Amino acid sequence: MTGAPDVPMQLDDRIPDGPLAEKWDRHRSALRLVSPANKRKYHVIVVGSGLAGASAAASLAELGYNVSCFCFQDSPRRAHSIAAQGGINAAKNYQNDGDSVERLFRDTIKGGDFRSREGNVYRLSQVSADIIDQCVAQGVPFAREYGGLLANRSFGGAQVSRTFYARGQTGQQLLIGAYQALERQIARGAVQMYTRHEMLDLVVIDGRARGIVVRDMVTGAIESHAGHDVVLATGGYGNVFYLSTNAKGCNVTAAFRAWKRGAGFANPSFTQIHPTCIPVSGEYQSKLTLMSESLRNDGRVWVPLKQDDTRLPRDIPDAERDYFLERKYPSFGNLAPRDIASRAAKEACDEGRGVGRGGLGVYLDFATAISRLGEDVIRERYANLFEMYERITGENPYQTPMRIYPAVHYTMGGTWVDYNLMSTLPGLHVIGEANFSDHGANRLGASALMQGLADGYFVLPYTIGDYIAGTKFAEVDTSHSAFAEAEQQVRDRTARLLAINGSRSVDSFHKELGKLMWDHCGMARSREGLELALRRIPELRAEFWADVRVLGSADTLNQSLEKAGRVADFMEFAELMCRDALEREESCGGHFRVEYQTPDGEALRNDDEFAHVAVWEYRGEGVPAKRNVEQLEFEFVQLATRSYK
Amino acid sequence: MSTMRLTLKVWRQASPEAKGEFRTYPVEADEHMSFLEMLDVVNEGLIAAGEEPIAFDHDCREGICGSCGMMINGKAHGPRAATTACQLHMRSFKDGDHILIEPFRASAFPVIRDLVVDRSSFDRIIQAGGYVSVGTGAAPDGNAILVPKEMAERAMDAAQCIGCGACVAACPNASAMLFTAAKVSHLAMLPQGQPERHRRVLGMVEQMDSEGFGGCTNFAECEAACPKQISIENIARMNRDFLKASLREREETGAGAVSN
Ligand SMILES: Cc1cc2nc3c(=O)[nH]c(=O)nc-3n(C[C@H](O)[C@H](O)[C@H](O)COP(=O)(O)OP(=O)(O)OC[C@H]3O[C@@H](n4cnc5c(N)ncnc54)[C@H](O)[C@@H]3O)c2cc1C
Ligand code: FES
Repeated sequence: MTGAPDVPMQLDDRIPDGPLAEKWDRHRSALRLVSPANKRKYHVIVVGSGLAGASAAASLAELGYNVSCFCFQDSPRRAHSIAAQGGINAAKNYQNDGDSVERLFRDTIKGGDFRSREGNVYRLSQVSADIIDQCVAQGVPFAREYGGLLANRSFGGAQVSRTFYARGQTGQQLLIGAYQALERQIARGAVQMYTRHEMLDLVVIDGRARGIVVRDMVTGAIESHAGHDVVLATGGYGNVFYLSTNAKGCNVTAAFRAWKRGAGFANPSFTQIHPTCIPVSGEYQSKLTLMSESLRNDGRVWVPLKQDDTRLPRDIPDAERDYFLERKYPSFGNLAPRDIASRAAKEACDEGRGVGRGGLGVYLDFATAISRLGEDVIRERYANLFEMYERITGENPYQTPMRIYPAVHYTMGGTWVDYNLMSTLPGLHVIGEANFSDHGANRLGASALMQGLADGYFVLPYTIGDYIAGTKFAEVDTSHSAFAEAEQQVRDRTARLLAINGSRSVDSFHKELGKLMWDHCGMARSREGLELALRRIPELRAEFWADVRVLGSADTLNQSLEKAGRVADFMEFAELMCRDALEREESCGGHFRVEYQTPDGEALRNDDEFAHVAVWEYRGEGVPAKRNVEQLEFEFVQLATRSYK
Repeated sequence: MSTMRLTLKVWRQASPEAKGEFRTYPVEADEHMSFLEMLDVVNEGLIAAGEEPIAFDHDCREGICGSCGMMINGKAHGPRAATTACQLHMRSFKDGDHILIEPFRASAFPVIRDLVVDRSSFDRIIQAGGYVSVGTGAAPDGNAILVPKEMAERAMDAAQCIGCGACVAACPNASAMLFTAAKVSHLAMLPQGQPERHRRVLGMVEQMDSEGFGGCTNFAECEAACPKQISIENIARMNRDFLKASLREREETGAGAVSN
C-alpha cells in the first residue's frame, strides 16, 4: 500500500551542520518564511490540545495561520497534560548551582541512555529558558521564594535544582496558561476549536498529509477537514498496558492511523515505568495514580531486609531496613533515574521483600524529613500529594510510610520526526509526547512538559513555515475522493465493531492485552516472553474481532464504541511494540532485556549494533512491518556507560 | 477487604431531546474502589445483560482534569469534602446504602446523555477575557517580574479551579460566579494580570450572564461543593473589581472617549 518494497524509507534527520551551540540559530535564520499576508491562506490542522497542541495552535494563530484544533475531551483544558504534577525543567541557573544549557543537554542525553539525537536535545535545552519566561508572562503562578524570585526543586537524574513548579499541579497551571492563550485566539476567530471530536484517519494526497477524518462524538457524524499541514499532538500510548498513570482516554489511534498512511514509527517499545505510583488494590483497578517524583527529594525508599516481613513499618528498626537506592546508588541515592529506581523496586519485590497487598510495593518514608524539617515544611511542599494518597488508600503518610510500586507512565517512542518535527510524511508534523524525538530510551523527570512546550511554542511555529513556504500545494478540498474513501473506511470499521455483538466487553479485552504486555513487554523483557506475546496477541486480536460486544449505535454519544476503536488499534500496535523490543538485542534505559545485563544487574548497552533509532514502516495488511534504522552520531558527548553510583 | 451491597438509582437519558428517567441497579462494591470504578462494575454488568452502559465523563481519574461530575445523593461529587467523584472511594459508603446519581443540572449545562452534560459555556467565559494578552516569544526574563510569595500562593489558590462545574450544580440559582471569580482573581492577584484587569472582569461577567447562569445570592453552596476548596472571597473580590471597572468605563465614555 505505501511505497514500493525496495525503496528504503527516507530518514534524513536534517540536523544542521556547525557547532552544536549554533545549530538552531543558524537553522532558524535559514528557514524559509511565509509572508504575514499569506499566512491566513494556509490552514493548519492541530490534533490535540495538551501542552504541545494548545501551545502550537495558539502560537500559529498568533502568527496569522488559519488554525483548526481538535480534542476528544469536552474542553481543551482537560487534556492529559493537566495531570502532570512535579514540574518543568529549564536551564536558568537561577540557583547558581552550576546549571547551564550544556549541563541540561548532557543530563538529558545520558538520562536517555544515549539513544537520542544530540542536535534535538541541545535545542531543547536552549529553548527551555524561554518557556519559563513565556509561562510567567501568561500568569502561571509558579512557586516563589520570599524575595519574589522563582523557586526550584530537584528531580531524578540531576544534581542541580532546575525544576520549576506550581505546588504539585505544574501541568495544570502550564496547561491553563496555554489553554488561555488558545481561548484568546478562539475568541479572535483565528482558531476554530472542535471539542468532543476524535480523529480516526489521516488523509494523504499526492504523498502529502492534507487532512483528517473525525467523528463528532456527540452526534456520531463522520466529517472531513482539509488543510495544508496536519500537526499531531495526540500524546502518548501508555494505555496499551491498560493500567497506567495516563488519563483513561489516552490512546495511540491518531499516530497509528498516520503510521498506516506512511509515517514511520520510532522505538515503539521505549516505555517509561515510573517508580512511585500507588500500588494496585484489586481486580477492578481502572488506572494507577502517580505520586510525583519530587517526593523522592524528601522521601526515603526502603523494604525490610528480611523476606515476608509482616511487621508494621514502624515496628521494623532501622538496622532491619534496606534503603536499597541509597545503598546501590550512593551518589544519587533516592534521586536515581526512573528506570533504575523502578527496576530496583521490582527486584526487591521479586526477592520476596515487597510490602502491602500481594507484596507488590515498597515504602517511601518521610519520617527522616519530617523530623529534620518539621511537618509544616513537608506539608507546604507536598500537601496535595499527601492528601491524594490518603484519599485513595485511606492511610495517612505523615504517620506511616507511603507504599509505592512502579507503573507505566510515559512513552518515549512515537512517530519519527526530523529536526523540523516533520514525520516521514511531508506535511505531517508531530509534537509533544506523540513524537519520539528527545528522550531516547528514558525520559528524565520534568522534561516532558519542557519538550511539549518547546515544540509547540518555540520550534514548530518556525519550522512549519519552512515546509509551507517551500511547497507548491495542489488545490485540495474535502470533495477530493481521498476524503470520501477515508470516511467510508471509518464508517465501515464502526459498523463492523457494532455488528459483532459478541459476549465480552471492550474493557475485558483491554485488560487482557494490558496484562500480557505488562508481563512480557514491561519492566523486564526476554526473548521467550516477547515471542510468547507475539504468538498470543494475534489470537487475542482475532478473539476481539469475533467476540467483542459493543452496544448502542453509531449516531449518538457511545463511549463503548469510542473505546472499542482505540482498543482495536492497541491490539495491532502491541505487536509492533513487542517486535521492536525483541529486535533490540540490548538493554538501554527503560528497555531492559534480561539477556543483556552486567553481572550486578545493570542494563548492558550494545553501542556497536544498536546506537540507532528503529523506525517501523507499514507495508500493508498482513505484511510484516519493516524495521529501518536511523544511525545516531555522537559528536559532542562521549558514549559512556551510565553510572549513578 | 470488605464488600458492600448497594442500590443505585441512576438518571438515564438517551439523548438531549429524550425524556430521561431513573433506573435502579444493584451492585456489589469493594471499599477500596473509587466511585467511578464502582460505576465501571455496574457497566460491565449492564453490557453482559445487553443494556447500554451508563455514560459519564471522566479522564484523569485523579481529581484534576475536571471531566467527571455528577450529583451523588444530591451533592455535587458526593459526600466527601474537597473530593471529585473520581477520587471518592467507596469507603465513604456502607453496606445497604441507596445512592441517587444524577447529572449536574443547570440550564447552561444541557444534558447530552445520561450523566454527560455540555459545559462549553465555561470555555466561552474564558474566551471573553480570562487570559493575559501576551503572544509567544515576547516575554521578559521570568525573574524580571517579582511576585511576592504570599501573592503567588493566593493566586494559586484561585488558579487551582478544575472547571468541573460543581459550583454551578450546587447553587440553587445555578450561578457560575465561583468559576468566573476564580479566574478573575487568579489573574487580578498577579502583576501580569494588571493591564487588562478591568476589561477582563467586564467581559467575563457579561459573558457569564449571557450564558444563562443565575445570579449569586450568597448561599455559599458553591464553596462547600468545590473539590478544590476555592473560596467565595474570590466572588467578593470580583464584585469589587467589577464595580470599579464599570465606574471607570462610565467615566471614560462619559468623558467623550470613542466607544466602539
Ligand atoms: C500523572 C502524570 C504526571 C506527570 N508529571 C509530569 C511532570 O511533573 N513533569 C513532566 O515534565 N512531565 C510529566 N508527565 C508527562 C507529561 O504530562 C506528558 O508527557 C505531557 O503532558 C504530554 O503532553 P502532550 O501535549 O504531548 O499530550 P496530551 O496532554 O496527552 O494531549 C493529547 C491531546 O490529544 C488529543 N487527542 C488524542 N488522540 C486524539 C484523537 N484521536 N483525536 C482527537 N484528539 C486526540 C487529546 O484530546 C488531548 O487534547 C506526567 C504524566 C502523568 C501521566
Ligand atoms: S476524572 Fe478528572 S477530575 Fe475526575
